Amino acid sequence: MAVAAGLLDPRQLVTSLPDAVRKLNPLTLWHNPVMLIVEVGALATTILAAAEPSFFAWAIAVWLWLTVIFANLAEAVAEGRGKAQAASLRAAKRDTTARLHESGGVVNASDLRPGDLVVVEAGEIIPGDGDIVEGIASVDESAITGESAPVIRESGGDRSAVTGGTKVLSDRIIVRITQKPGESFIDRMIALVEGADRQKTPNEIALNILLAALTIIFLVATATMQPMAIYARDINPGVPDSLALTADGVSGVVLVSLLVCLIPTTIGALLSAIGIAGMDRLVQRNVLALSGRAVEAAGDVSTLLLDKTGTITLGNRQAAAFVPASGVSPAELAAAAQLASLADNTPEGRSIVVYAKEAFGLRERELIQPRWVPFTAQTRMSGVDVADRQIRKGAASAVMNWVRVHDGHPGEQIRGLVDGISASGGTPLVVGEVNGGQARVLGVIHLKDVVKQGMRERFAEMRRMGIRTIMITGDNPLTAKAIADEAGVDDFLAEATPEDKLTLIRKEQAGGRLVAMTGDGTNDAPALAQADVGVAMNTGTSAAKEAGNMVDLDSNPTKLIEIVEIGKQLLITRGALTTFSIANDIAKYFAIIPAIFAAVYPGLDALNVMRLATPQSAVLSAVVFNAIIIVALIPLALRGVRYRPSSAADLLSRNLYRYGLGGVIAPFIGIKLIDLVLQHLPGMS
Amino acid sequence: MFFIASLILALALVHKPLGDYMARVYSGPPGRERVLYRLLGVRPDIEQRWPSYARALLAFSLISVLVVYGLQRLQHHLLLSLGFDAVPTHVAWNTAISFVTNTNWQAYAGENTMGHLVQMSGLAVQNFVSAAVGMSVAVALIRGFARRGSETIGNFWVDLIRGTVRILLPIAFVGALILVAGGVVQNFTGPHEIATLAGGTQHMTGGPVASQEAIKELGTNGGGFYNTNSAHPFENPQTWTNWIEIFLLLLIPFSFPRTFGRMIGQLRQGYAILAVMAILAVLSVILLNVFELSGKAIVPQAVGAAMEGKETRFGVAGSATFAAATTLTSTGAANSAHDSYTPLGGMMTLLNMMLGEVAPGGTGSGLYGMLILAVITVFIAGLMVGRTPEYLGKRISAREIKLASLYFLVTPVLVLTGTGIAMANRAGLAAMLNAGPHGFSEILYAFTSAANNNGSAFAGVTVNTPWYCVALGLCMAFGRFLPIIFVLALAGSLARQQAVPVSAGTLPTHRPQFVGLVAGVTVILVALTFLPALALGPLAEGVH
Repeated sequence: MAVAAGLLDPRQLVTSLPDAVRKLNPLTLWHNPVMLIVEVGALATTILAAAEPSFFAWAIAVWLWLTVIFANLAEAVAEGRGKAQAASLRAAKRDTTARLHESGGVVNASDLRPGDLVVVEAGEIIPGDGDIVEGIASVDESAITGESAPVIRESGGDRSAVTGGTKVLSDRIIVRITQKPGESFIDRMIALVEGADRQKTPNEIALNILLAALTIIFLVATATMQPMAIYARDINPGVPDSLALTADGVSGVVLVSLLVCLIPTTIGALLSAIGIAGMDRLVQRNVLALSGRAVEAAGDVSTLLLDKTGTITLGNRQAAAFVPASGVSPAELAAAAQLASLADNTPEGRSIVVYAKEAFGLRERELIQPRWVPFTAQTRMSGVDVADRQIRKGAASAVMNWVRVHDGHPGEQIRGLVDGISASGGTPLVVGEVNGGQARVLGVIHLKDVVKQGMRERFAEMRRMGIRTIMITGDNPLTAKAIADEAGVDDFLAEATPEDKLTLIRKEQAGGRLVAMTGDGTNDAPALAQADVGVAMNTGTSAAKEAGNMVDLDSNPTKLIEIVEIGKQLLITRGALTTFSIANDIAKYFAIIPAIFAAVYPGLDALNVMRLATPQSAVLSAVVFNAIIIVALIPLALRGVRYRPSSAADLLSRNLYRYGLGGVIAPFIGIKLIDLVLQHLPGMS
Repeated sequence: MFFIASLILALALVHKPLGDYMARVYSGPPGRERVLYRLLGVRPDIEQRWPSYARALLAFSLISVLVVYGLQRLQHHLLLSLGFDAVPTHVAWNTAISFVTNTNWQAYAGENTMGHLVQMSGLAVQNFVSAAVGMSVAVALIRGFARRGSETIGNFWVDLIRGTVRILLPIAFVGALILVAGGVVQNFTGPHEIATLAGGTQHMTGGPVASQEAIKELGTNGGGFYNTNSAHPFENPQTWTNWIEIFLLLLIPFSFPRTFGRMIGQLRQGYAILAVMAILAVLSVILLNVFELSGKAIVPQAVGAAMEGKETRFGVAGSATFAAATTLTSTGAANSAHDSYTPLGGMMTLLNMMLGEVAPGGTGSGLYGMLILAVITVFIAGLMVGRTPEYLGKRISAREIKLASLYFLVTPVLVLTGTGIAMANRAGLAAMLNAGPHGFSEILYAFTSAANNNGSAFAGVTVNTPWYCVALGLCMAFGRFLPIIFVLALAGSLARQQAVPVSAGTLPTHRPQFVGLVAGVTVILVALTFLPALALGPLAEGVH
């Protein structure tokens, strides 16, 4: 999609400013109690500053308003990125009309009901989400996926789903509408990227509760400080009034400043931006999470179910070796195998030709009047007849039987080779020939599932993160085990039926594990619905897309691993900024407490470890730091804390040093630096 | 040094067998207490869900308050009253709540207010059962962590009876005998007039002191038979009885983590909790000793040692260690006047209580308080490892963190609002006997002690006025029962959960990393909450 991933463009801050100001409306701010309190404080300070004007009071008031605006800015910037995407999606959702199949009448696309049959021809926009019931077409889905190459959609099977707003490029299809009006895939996408119906996720709610509790504590701590301060001032009548402390107690402006500095404004300001940005990161990887809950669940996943084909292996078996029978040279076998496969257009057949070329330098040849023998389910072999030579390749038993029928003797050695290849997880294809009435077996082709590059490392990474990977395959247990071993997954489910998958998910969940899986077929739907994170492929059926809670527009099953990482990154970012926010408070106390009370109890000046110039500059510096740190952390909130897969203990150590210890130290430096500048302003002494 | 080292060694030796024994008591089959079940109509095989567990606990506590209140109000009609009159309404109310909440704050002087019957059948009984109540709540929370998919968290009556009969009674019995051997009195005599060395006369009252003294320490109660508490020679005659008393008051709180580890089937998790408690406790004991021994205050510097308010037979270290132990546990007994400590030494006793009585805290209450802090730590730290936080396999989601937060809110809010209100009204200020930051510290101490159910006093405040009796009584009641309700609710929601299996992605909660983190989070949260108040009290007085 058009929006650049990751980095924050400073211009976005400027363009989002009007939105940030609009969000000052208390009704909007209501969902963020921490910032609402800051706003109330800013308002109170403004009134106090107006009543008793001083440079100090006005400076505090302005910076408190800025604190709220900065917080709103974080949210507005995060939302702004989604809006750009929503705009491009809206363009796809033009008002279209639909031609009904039965009556031939034309209706508005928005009037379509589930079950309606519509006809779409080349050059027309598909009026709504549905399944093709008749025909085949190439469809331009770039409006949704951003991918310009057209895709084939056809009735029946797992590629029958079409999405409203996409364009048919060729042919004619009849589509059964499956969406309700206003609930199309594009509608949901727009709502998602705009964050219109964004609801707080369970974890966000829990964090908000903790933040509220901290806020209450600090409210009480600052409010109850007032009578204590009045008493302290009373028993030291000789001390002159200061801007911070008079006989009436701590001045309102300073009290509000202390409160705002203590309550967790940093995380309060950035919390919703972190959530929006997390969803955004998924969208940038072309994954649509239909709920924020699913993104969070992705971080918690402890079991990944991965389909073997397409995810772990390249998808097709490929020739990996020619094993000749005794008395046959490898080249002889290769030549025969290549001949038998020349007309075989299956991926396996092609891989034999390719392998023969790579390993034996055999080029494709023109044959004189070849008679191709195609594969059938009955014969279970294919091949070619050239002159008086017949070559066949196919299932071991079928070819050996064929050789026997022609009075040949396959021999025990072949049986051993075949069993050996099967045991290693490969698929044996036996090659036999009848040449001049002599039937014999030439040898065996070893077909092998090829594991994608780098998968072993990925799975090792997963293991370090505490995630178990289970490979799902329709293969027999022997084959499955061999591939599982080669790919390095933790477990496998062989000869898997959709019911087996569902049972496996339920079993894992009963053990308290969260399960993620991908799927595309209609028979995957129950398992997708049962899984905690179910990623449906966009190429899949609408049943699958309905059942899952994420849709991968690229239909790339490997992406599940990235989704898990994004989920974790989202949680880590929240935790890191919460820690940072709380750790910051220590320095702020050291700035403000001596500023207020050192006049009454000179000993407390010892707490002024930063040696801030004056009480006024100390309080203002803390408030300014508190506001600026929000802006400074917006990029981090949007980008997310860097995540490297590793064990929980290592992750914790690293983040604890960076955001815990860093959070303690950073404000000491920051406040001191700000004070060095501010002390030269008027009204600071 | 030997004093502290031998204490640590003794606790290290004893906590395992005692912790294991307690685990057996609470999870094993009924023992001899079966007779009591039959007598009281308790069905030990029937378990309770958390609301009925909580209702039973509250009902029992309410009845206890009424009984103790009634005994005090009717004492002039009772046997062994020693001729004392009925205790005034507000003091009786305050005392009833104080003993039922395991606080044992005393707005009266024992030897000239309470007769022997009230002491024995009212106060001493509460010393046992209020401790057993705390232990039962801790056990209920442990069950919450240990159980999977369970609706119930145990039976309050069974836990109460077992804790009292099979844990507290036997140990207290042995403890009392040892104390008697050390010279603690145990009789039924009334006031005697005796001639003092200085030539004056003095009333001395005897009484069943040793039996009450043992449970006073063992149950982390702290309410002394005499006004001067463990500084009184009849309560605590010599150095080695002092050692025994400190040992007794640390015994159960430091053994509970073992019980915890045993009951959840992961001993190392118990060790981690024990380590957090021990680190905080040792740090506190050392700091308090350093502050007192270095004696950085006006009087100590004038006379050479911070001996004001301390008994010569205990010395500075014996007093400071007792003070640390009594405030770290929710005991609140005292063998010296905390009020006379150096400002920073006094601040340590305050801080010990402000930690929320978790290092190691009261009987049971220390463990559940520490587990709540562990839950809060897990929540913040757990997010940083990229998963929904979980502790011991139980997910810490909105409901759990809400209950933990509420728990954590209660005492700071009570302490700060209580102190704030006291400083803002005439009834509060009028009771102050000292002005300045020290006077303020005394009020802060009173509310901290009451809200955290410690019961020790800085003194210097006239706390038997109706205003303070009511205010502190409310702090004690809310400070005890609100957290208990939240803990039981938490236990209920944890017990219902299935457990998440441990993997490499799980935050390990048994390693030094986590121990340090919990200790750090605890100290930082407490420091942030109380720094303004501390700055105006002990810090204003002690930092120059």
